[in-house]
Amino acid sequence: MNFLVAAYAVLWAISFGLVFSMVWRQRKIESEMQTLHVLIDDQPRLVDDEPRAEQEW
Amino acid sequence: MKQKKDTWLLVLTALGAVLVMVAIYLALVRAPEASLNSETGRYAQRIIYFHIATAWVGFLAFFVTFIGGIGYLRTGERKWDIIALSSAEIGTVFMLGVLISGSIWAKPAWGVWWVWDERLTISLIQFLVYVGYLMLRSAVEDPARRARFAAVYGIVAFISVPINFIAIRMWRTQHPLMFGSEEGGLGPNMMFAFFFSLTTFTVWYAILMWHRFRLEQTRDNLEQLKQRILD
Repeated sequence: MNFLVAAYAVLWAISFGLVFSMVWRQRKIESEMQTLHVLIDDQPRLVDDEPRAEQEW
Repeated sequence: MKQKKDTWLLVLTALGAVLVMVAIYLALVRAPEASLNSETGRYAQRIIYFHIATAWVGFLAFFVTFIGGIGYLRTGERKWDIIALSSAEIGTVFMLGVLISGSIWAKPAWGVWWVWDERLTISLIQFLVYVGYLMLRSAVEDPARRARFAAVYGIVAFISVPINFIAIRMWRTQHPLMFGSEEGGLGPNMMFAFFFSLTTFTVWYAILMWHRFRLEQTRDNLEQLKQRILD
C-alpha cells in the first residue's frame, strides 16, 4: 500500500507544484509590473512639476 | 474584466482540486479490486487509473504543441507560440509523472524499478525530446527566431507520440496492453473510475493551460513596459 500512496503523492506533488509555481511566477511578474507602472506614472509628474516650480520661482 | 477572469480561474482551480480528490477516492476506495493473485499486485493495479490518465494528458499536450507550431508558422501570431510553449511545459511535467508512476508500479509488478523495454525507453526518449524543446527555447535570444525554431521542433517532436502509442502493439513489450487485449486490461466495472480520472486530468490540463497562458501574456506585458521605459 505504501508504494501506492507514494505514487499518488508524487503525481499530485508534481501537478499542484506546477500550479503553485505558475501562481508564484505570476505574482512576481505582476509586482514587478506594478513597480514599473509607479515609475512610469511618476515620470511625467516630475516633468510637469519642473515648469510649475519654475513658475513659482 | 481582468479581475472577473482571475476569479473564474480561481473558481475553476478549486473545482479542479475537488475533482482530483474525488478521482483519488474512486481510484483508491471505490474501484473494484483486480482479479490478480497477489495482494501487492491488486494494490499496484490501482496506479493505472492515474498512470494512463497522466499519459493521455501528456499526449494531448504534445498534440496541442504540434497544433500551436503549425498555427505559428502559418500566421506568425504570438498567441500560437504561447499555446505551444504552455502545452509543452505541462506535457513534459506530466510525462515525468508517467515515468515516475510507471516505475512505482513496476517495482511490485515486475520486481524492478525500470527495464529497458521498448515502451519505457520510448517514453523516456519522448520526455527528453520535450526537455530539449524547453532548453532550445531558453537558448535562443531573438523572440521571433525562438518561436520559429520551437514551432518546427514541436511539429517534428510530435512524431514521438504515435510511436509511443503503437509501441506496445508493434513490439512484444513487457508493458501491459490495457485496451484491446484478451488477457488482463480493464474490466467493465473499472471503467467508471477510469473515465472519471481521465476527465479530471483533462479538465486539470485545461486549467493549467489557462494559468500558463496568462503567465506568458503577463510576461509579454512586462517586457513591453520595460521597452517603453527604455524608449
